[in-house]
Amino acid sequence: MKLSPRLPALLLAALVVTACAPRTSDNAASDKDEKSGTLRVWLFQEVGNKPKEKVVDSVVAAFEKAHEGTRVDVEYIPVDTRAQRVKAAFNDPKSAPDVMEYGNTDTAGYVKDGGLLDVTEEFGDWGEAKDTDPTARQSVTVDGRLYGAPLYVGVRALYYRTDVFGELGLKVPETMTELAATAREIRAAKPDLYGLVVGGAYTYGAMPFVWANGGELATGKGGSYASTIDSAAARKGIKAYTSLFGDDNCPAAKCAGMGGNDTVTAFAAGKAAMAIGGDFSHTAVEAGKVKGKYAVVPLPGVTPGSIAPAFAGGNNIGVLKGTSHRSLAVELMEQLASKRTQSELFDAMGFLPTFGDVRQQVAAREPFVKPFVRTLGAGTRFVPASPAWSRIDSSLVLPTMFQEVISGRKDVAAASKDAAAKMNDAFGSAG
Amino acid sequence: MQSRKAPWLYLAPALVVLGGLLVYPVYQLGLISFFRYTQAQVSGGEPTTFEGFGNYAELLGDDRFWQVLLSTVVFAAACVASTLTVGCALAVLLTRVRALPRLVLMMAALGAWATPAVTGSTVWLLLFDPDFGPVNRVLGLGDHSWTYGRYSAFLLVLLEVVWCSFPFVMVTVYAGIRAVPGEVLEAAALDGASQWRIWRSVLAPMLRPILTVVTIQSVIWDFKVFTQIYVMTNGGGIAGQNLVLNVYAYQQAFASSQYSLGSAIGVVMLLILLAVTLGYLRLLRRQGEEL
Repeated sequence: MKLSPRLPALLLAALVVTACAPRTSDNAASDKDEKSGTLRVWLFQEVGNKPKEKVVDSVVAAFEKAHEGTRVDVEYIPVDTRAQRVKAAFNDPKSAPDVMEYGNTDTAGYVKDGGLLDVTEEFGDWGEAKDTDPTARQSVTVDGRLYGAPLYVGVRALYYRTDVFGELGLKVPETMTELAATAREIRAAKPDLYGLVVGGAYTYGAMPFVWANGGELATGKGGSYASTIDSAAARKGIKAYTSLFGDDNCPAAKCAGMGGNDTVTAFAAGKAAMAIGGDFSHTAVEAGKVKGKYAVVPLPGVTPGSIAPAFAGGNNIGVLKGTSHRSLAVELMEQLASKRTQSELFDAMGFLPTFGDVRQQVAAREPFVKPFVRTLGAGTRFVPASPAWSRIDSSLVLPTMFQEVISGRKDVAAASKDAAAKMNDAFGSAG
Repeated sequence: MQSRKAPWLYLAPALVVLGGLLVYPVYQLGLISFFRYTQAQVSGGEPTTFEGFGNYAELLGDDRFWQVLLSTVVFAAACVASTLTVGCALAVLLTRVRALPRLVLMMAALGAWATPAVTGSTVWLLLFDPDFGPVNRVLGLGDHSWTYGRYSAFLLVLLEVVWCSFPFVMVTVYAGIRAVPGEVLEAAALDGASQWRIWRSVLAPMLRPILTVVTIQSVIWDFKVFTQIYVMTNGGGIAGQNLVLNVYAYQQAFASSQYSLGSAIGVVMLLILLAVTLGYLRLLRRQGEEL
């Protein structure tokens, strides 16, 4: 075999050129819009996923029937490794799905990564979209553009032990001050119980305290956020939350390291008289020792009768930029996030609908969700719609701040100032 | 001519493998550390830009990095010293006991060695759990939390690291001791040398090449400790008090998707380890020893 003398030189040149910069994938928007073929869908694999699959299957069957020559290939990806899967999908558009479910705090990050398709026009033309509640809408919005359809929301409220409250003759707290006092009273009477179980790494359990006191994580729009976690109001909230750590309620040595799941586990195991848990924690609590001995109310705010603003978590459905079936993918997204699907998903999985009217209907069917629907109705908050949020979240800025205060390393002022500096740093470099 | 080429020819397969598995990744690591390279750049959302030493400047200007570096160095040094002490002591013990206890000790050590780090860390954590752990019950410590205090958390991790890395030292040193001619030890014993004296003046010098290897190995392993810290202190402890460099790099590079900053930390770690290893080898050579 005779090689051309120029070939090795060419290969070498190619090697040098490609080696000059780290690899970047070409994730440009596809200009193709095929009307038939296979659509790939990634949804999250939930604990006990069968009922979800059933709902999705019926949506898919109807979709395939309506669009001849179209096949929908649904894959359920584990929640734990979703970050890696999604990154991989963005890196290699060929193996990426057309439609995917994603956590709503990831929206801004995914948009910046260049992965999600702008569906503002389609969302506007979609008849059902007008009933989407504002916070859910905000969770798919970045810089005024929409990047998906909300699938469900999750909020947290106050779980409490009816038997303990009855035995000690306590009434359900109506303000945050009362909440702390009640927690201490229970701990004093029953030293083997945490009054209100709290976690130093439980950001979304702590934030309502900051929000109820008038504080905010950050202010601004688009890329130019500025942290306000060190404002006077926010500090008041941080102080209120961190003062719950102590031998008179939840000993710092044990509670400082806890995350949200740990607190729910402690409550479900009967080790706490109160906990801040989500509608999605219901199954875990029902499976625990406290089944039948607890009730849920909205987390009280600062003034009597008010509700502390909760964090509106949840998931959205989006279309990937690289899809070659743009119209079909957007339509499938609308079907998967439709009122009917959301109502069925609630019955199957307990996911709270993102449409105000659908939510009212399901609350009438299932009284358990009433406190959560009330919490949602009282107004919820969302994390800054900035790509920096995922960095702030994963570098544990807020848990570190709470833990610094809880462990006595820094006072509220110093810890919140440092946290604000770190957040601003992240906002700044995210541009 | 032929004879000059021959050694390279023989070395070629090894060099190709080393080049592919070692040089290329290190080259990529170094390359990425000079760019702004986050998830947005990888997936093509934003163009990749050359930053020069920007990532390094950011890293070296960060107080957190220096704190983490300091605790990593101190923690690794404590781990290496403890591992070597325990490993060498048990190796000497192995040569002194009968076959059955030797077998038992060997199996126990191999069991610890074979345990995956995640499993080992989880089990240790459970042993020291404030609510359910047997250690607190035996010691009568009530619900004392071992992972709350900075030093007690580091101590707990240190114990686990020593537990899973002393077998390597023990087995290697034991093999070395068995290779020492019996007459030498007999002569020393006849001269009336104590056990300690025999170790210091006879065994240790003869075992020096082996000790050098296990020391360097331990330094590298303990400097790079990740799993134990990540699992046992839940990703760096209360308010990040138990962060070590590798966990810090992971947080920066993967959790926060700042691959370029993570690479810069990787390069700094590589340089530190190279410096330590080369310095140690040079010290030995000055003392007239060849590895």
